[in-house]
Amino acid sequence: MQLTRSTGAKSGWTNDRSDRCAQGGFSAHALLPFDARWTRGLRTHPTGSRTVRDEERQQQLQELLAKQAAGELKPKDRFAIAPQAMPEQDPSVRRCNVSEVALGYTKMQARLEAMRCLQCKTAPCVQGCPVQIRIRDFVTAIAQGNYPEALDIIKENSLLPAVCGRVCPQEVQCQAKCTVGLKFKDVEKAVSIGRLERFVADLDHGEGAVPSVAPATGKKVAIIGSGPGGIVAAADTRRAGHDVTVFEAFHKPGGVMVYGIPEFRLPKAIVEEEIETLRKMGVEIVTNFIVGRTRTVDQLMTEDGFDAVYIGVGAGLPSFMGIEGESLVGVYSANEYLTRANLMKAYEFGKGADTPIAASKRVAVVGGGNVAMDAARTAVRLGAEKVYLIYRRTEKEMPARVEEVHHAQQEGIEFHLLQSPKRVIGDENEHVKAVECLRYELGEPDDSGRRRPVAIEGSEFEIELDTVIIAIGNQANPLMRQTTPGLEFNKWGNIVVDENCKTSMEGVYAGGDIVLGAATVILAMGQGRIAAAGINTYLAGK
Amino acid sequence: MSHKIVSKRQLGEEVFWARIEAPLIARARKPGQFIILSINNDYSERIPLTIAGADAAEGMIELIWQKVGKTTAELADLREGQSIANISGPLGTPTHIDNFGTCVCVGGGIGAAPLLPIATALKAAGNTVLTILGFRSKDRLILETEFAAISDELIVTSDDGSYGRKALVTEPLKELCERDPKPAQAFVIGPTVMMKFCCEATRQYAVPTQVSLNTIMVDGTGMCGGCRVEIDGKPKFVCVDGPEFDGHLVNFDLMMKRMNAYKKQEQAARAAYEKHRCKIGLDE
Ligand SMILES: Cc1cc2nc3c(=O)[nH]c(=O)nc-3n(C[C@H](O)[C@H](O)[C@H](O)COP(=O)(O)OP(=O)(O)OC[C@H]3O[C@@H](n4cnc5c(N)ncnc54)[C@H](O)[C@@H]3O)c2cc1C
Ligand code: SF4
Ligand code: FES
Repeated sequence: MQLTRSTGAKSGWTNDRSDRCAQGGFSAHALLPFDARWTRGLRTHPTGSRTVRDEERQQQLQELLAKQAAGELKPKDRFAIAPQAMPEQDPSVRRCNVSEVALGYTKMQARLEAMRCLQCKTAPCVQGCPVQIRIRDFVTAIAQGNYPEALDIIKENSLLPAVCGRVCPQEVQCQAKCTVGLKFKDVEKAVSIGRLERFVADLDHGEGAVPSVAPATGKKVAIIGSGPGGIVAAADTRRAGHDVTVFEAFHKPGGVMVYGIPEFRLPKAIVEEEIETLRKMGVEIVTNFIVGRTRTVDQLMTEDGFDAVYIGVGAGLPSFMGIEGESLVGVYSANEYLTRANLMKAYEFGKGADTPIAASKRVAVVGGGNVAMDAARTAVRLGAEKVYLIYRRTEKEMPARVEEVHHAQQEGIEFHLLQSPKRVIGDENEHVKAVECLRYELGEPDDSGRRRPVAIEGSEFEIELDTVIIAIGNQANPLMRQTTPGLEFNKWGNIVVDENCKTSMEGVYAGGDIVLGAATVILAMGQGRIAAAGINTYLAGK
Repeated sequence: MSHKIVSKRQLGEEVFWARIEAPLIARARKPGQFIILSINNDYSERIPLTIAGADAAEGMIELIWQKVGKTTAELADLREGQSIANISGPLGTPTHIDNFGTCVCVGGGIGAAPLLPIATALKAAGNTVLTILGFRSKDRLILETEFAAISDELIVTSDDGSYGRKALVTEPLKELCERDPKPAQAFVIGPTVMMKFCCEATRQYAVPTQVSLNTIMVDGTGMCGGCRVEIDGKPKFVCVDGPEFDGHLVNFDLMMKRMNAYKKQEQAARAAYEKHRCKIGLDE
């Protein structure tokens, strides 16, 4: 698709929106201002026929329920229900806004999708879930229209269903194990557990749903880092009646969910609501506080009276490729690019926001994970005319969520597979003008079981560009290591913990990316919960 | 927690000083460290500024800045009693202070501000401190009395000769390096191009030279890599590996290019701000 931008300067994103997006289907959604808060239950679906379709769906559901009541509903009837597609903003429209792409199921869609579940006795899906949510039971509750019960079931094991329903890699977790998907030999035909989770989470308006807090214990807990692990650890230790303070280095809490994962995939309002719930529970949140610099872990425990600490500082050190030209102007880490765009709202530069970002026309993103997809799709939304995604292996090996890969392709991102940059080439102003790439082929499987990409000698070629975004992963930030003597780390710089997430220091627990290496939201959450249980037990005996 | 400006004054043309409430940072900071601030919560940019001084007992830090982009201009318009929403720090690795013997401290323009706590600490550690301060012209002169108080020798230069010696700082720097015994260590803070030429000068005399780099930053904790520079051909993050580096290993040319990455946007933002400021009558 040929796109035009009216100005080179980042002066008016809204101005050139009309010509960039004129060809797209019209949607009220696209007209929302960028700072429009995502409101639960207040979403406009792009398909005008939604209500008509829902009437048909309702009829289908009635018939299925009648059959079920009569004891005549067979697995083959369930297999016959079409997998419900997620309503989405049209690609040509969403290229030009930062509103959420996936719009969420309607009630009828959710119930029909839930009817596809066979309610397997062994519930293999549960085994695929990192925190063992009782999936079969909550899906059954949705099929029956019993949404509050469904949500209660999820919340037994997961505190952030609105987040996880959106960002979990379900296709390699619960949905990979789902009997329905196995029957069709296609994981995309499995019951859409994630979408159902999101559906019930979104119905919950958070009114008065503040978890109760046990009587004060007089013990103080410090939570370092406000990512998903920290949020859950804070909630669970606070529920036990401890005095809990969250320390966050940034000026806004939420971790990667606010500075990394973009609005179009995870609306900030969802994360804000979770933080607000913590505040309502009486958790104190201190921002601009860098543990290791402002105060050390040791000072928190010996001078400031904290009895236990959870360290959830995330990965937070971008990997670069170590190739020539990586420090040229126009080369970003994905972390920097996404932080400028998300947290600092650079897409509104000159329209209220003060943080600039490159006014790129031709962008290459290097990598194949969620971070790479997010960076590429953000570049599209910032007005780039051409966005390439360069990845060393094939699409099959990409660690990104399948849905994000599809979305990226729909938005016009050009995939350059089996290729990798050899050097970045600059012009006379040390500004990026091209990357030189090598072609690769897949060789023998490596330790991870994935086939190792091998460079094809002499296959060099150049791609002309003005911006390169490196999204090849994150390592452990060394700050904790440098400032916390007594804390044990492994050779990759990750904190060593036992099965209770306890570290080598008394009263100090850790979880999430700083322990696991760059992992996932749900794994961080799971560890936050285990650590909180550990802390609660430890403090009870103290 | 927001941070109240308890006092503020203008030190010279476009240069401002303020004393600001930040008790935790005041307590933890060491010479050579900096903070990152943003004036408001949602739309402000985050900028790094070196801590020019601090009073741990009173919980105050001092900042000195020059109006460059919109944020520094906006900061200059804040009045005593008003607040800055976010200040995080202290960031960066503190300066390595030791008794080296004789140290040359070179401050160019606003660079005199971050230099002051370092020179003060060097003096306290028993060094002989020789200071060179260079300014464009007399109206930009800052901190002369403060440096006079802690320096064994103070040379002030101006580009246009309107104050002190008419010279670039490299001239007296070379002279000091020619003395016998030559200085054991040099500390240079100022505009990038000045640091570059000072380092070329001290290299000739093999005087080890520390520079403090002030690159573009976002988080200040090593998370984004936006602050990276090439040291001895390898990328380093200024916010965690620095801000001080061996000046003889810094790729200053590349650094200058990286510093200018957003120049156009910065100028446009500042111009828009100044226009708006006129309209709302801030220009008395
Ligand atoms: C762009 C991007 C997209 C992703 N997409 C997905 C996805 O789709 N699905 C998925 O499951 N996972 C995804 N991930 C991974 C997921 O976000 C992380 O695994 C998860 O957020 C880790 O949680 P955490 O609790 O370890 O903390 P983090 O979310 O990493 O947060 C750590 C927090 O600690 C703060 N901090 C750091 N150091 C200090 C200090 N010294 N003192 C105080 N605070 C400090 C940081 O500022 C940060 O706010 C993505 C990651 C990125 C970067
Ligand atoms: S595996 Fe699939 S069909 Fe079976 S209970 Fe789980 S979601 Fe339902
Ligand atoms: S400012 Fe982000 S890594 Fe230094």
